[in-house]
Amino acid sequence: MSVRHALLALLAEGPKYGLQLRQEFEARTGEVWPLNVGQVYTTLQRLERDGLVESEDGTWEGPQKGFRITSAGGRELAEWLRSPSEMASPPRDELVIKVLVAVRVPGVDVHEVVQVHRRHVVEMMQQYTRLKAEATEREVGLGLVVDAELFRLEGVVRWLDAADARLKRLPAPSSVAAVAVSPRVPPIPGRKLGARR
Amino acid sequence: MTAALELRRVSKVYGSGPTEVQALCEVDLSVRGGELVAVMGPSGSGKSTLLTIAGSLEEPTSGGVLVGGAALSGMSRNERARMRRRSIGYVFQDFNLLAGLTAVENVALPLELDGLGGRAAHAMGLQALTELGLADRADRYPDELSGGERQRVAIARAMVGDRHLLLADEPSGALDSVNGEAVMRLLRAACHRGVAGVVVTHDAQLAAWADRVVFLRDGRVVDQTALPAGPESLLAPGPTA
Repeated sequence: MSVRHALLALLAEGPKYGLQLRQEFEARTGEVWPLNVGQVYTTLQRLERDGLVESEDGTWEGPQKGFRITSAGGRELAEWLRSPSEMASPPRDELVIKVLVAVRVPGVDVHEVVQVHRRHVVEMMQQYTRLKAEATEREVGLGLVVDAELFRLEGVVRWLDAADARLKRLPAPSSVAAVAVSPRVPPIPGRKLGARR
Repeated sequence: MTAALELRRVSKVYGSGPTEVQALCEVDLSVRGGELVAVMGPSGSGKSTLLTIAGSLEEPTSGGVLVGGAALSGMSRNERARMRRRSIGYVFQDFNLLAGLTAVENVALPLELDGLGGRAAHAMGLQALTELGLADRADRYPDELSGGERQRVAIARAMVGDRHLLLADEPSGALDSVNGEAVMRLLRAACHRGVAGVVVTHDAQLAAWADRVVFLRDGRVVDQTALPAGPESLLAPGPTA
């Protein structure tokens, strides 16, 4: 998530000071993504250094320092909104690795391991759904963020279901190990799995 | 407190000999009034069988089913049929509305079958549709309604009268995610009013609306979710990006 561009977006609405930016950021994202105030000020300093925002001393009463977006900041924001987002899968998906390992470890029931993760993910989905159930129609930010999490987690459950079904088609538990260590199992980048005995 | 629905060591076997299929194996499940339980499992895990047995549409091979504390096995056919009409509401994936009846006639039908006069049944049917925001669709036929509207009519029919138990089989399977969510909100609202609900589904997003998710695999209950912690546990600061 780009805090930098989120702050530019808030400043595009008009000049704001640091604490206000933090509060508005959290409110707009349904408080699902907490942001500490230090992060806000560090980001503002970098934005100012890069000429994307400028501070306006004296605009605000009291010690607060206000910030406004520059025209370069506006161009940067417009470009970012349309640039492709990072969609590549993480280099090592820990859950995938755990299931791959569970297939190989003697005495471990891979279906039970899959189910433990399925339950954990569904419990998280229940929590997000509660947030959504309690939200009002007007809390659009919260709805969007929660839906994004729910669709992502649903994808994980569907992968677990598919993995379960795929593993169930294997002939018998005793032959699972033989299948699992066959060279057809793809190597995991940067991670050496259960070396063959 | 008496459970609204209780399954005790319920097993179901179809066929015999080499073609025998064990659809359910010693399933225990208890659902309280006000609770929404989702049963999740892949195709062939026994989900639909569980629901038809819970709704007394089918008898278990062994084990017992209690609805509102009353054992189904101790009832005559007529008593069971009356209990089904009065206490249990069903929602199916394909809505199961009668094409020749209007929305309000579909909703009023179970009440009329139960002996209520036509006018009173119509008034209660209209009330149920109004609660689901469908008052202006009452006189439409099912083929004049959208998929989401049809399912809301089916839910109104399942909830009309004084039902204690709502059973739903993939209730939003044929709907898009927005309408699917609307269906689950309605089922949740019914449970908040004290009805016990059981939804069987393979869809995790639907199941997540439930208070408790029970996982079925090869006819057995293999796991269930713990009572979910409050949403605030999601808000703990994680690793920053």
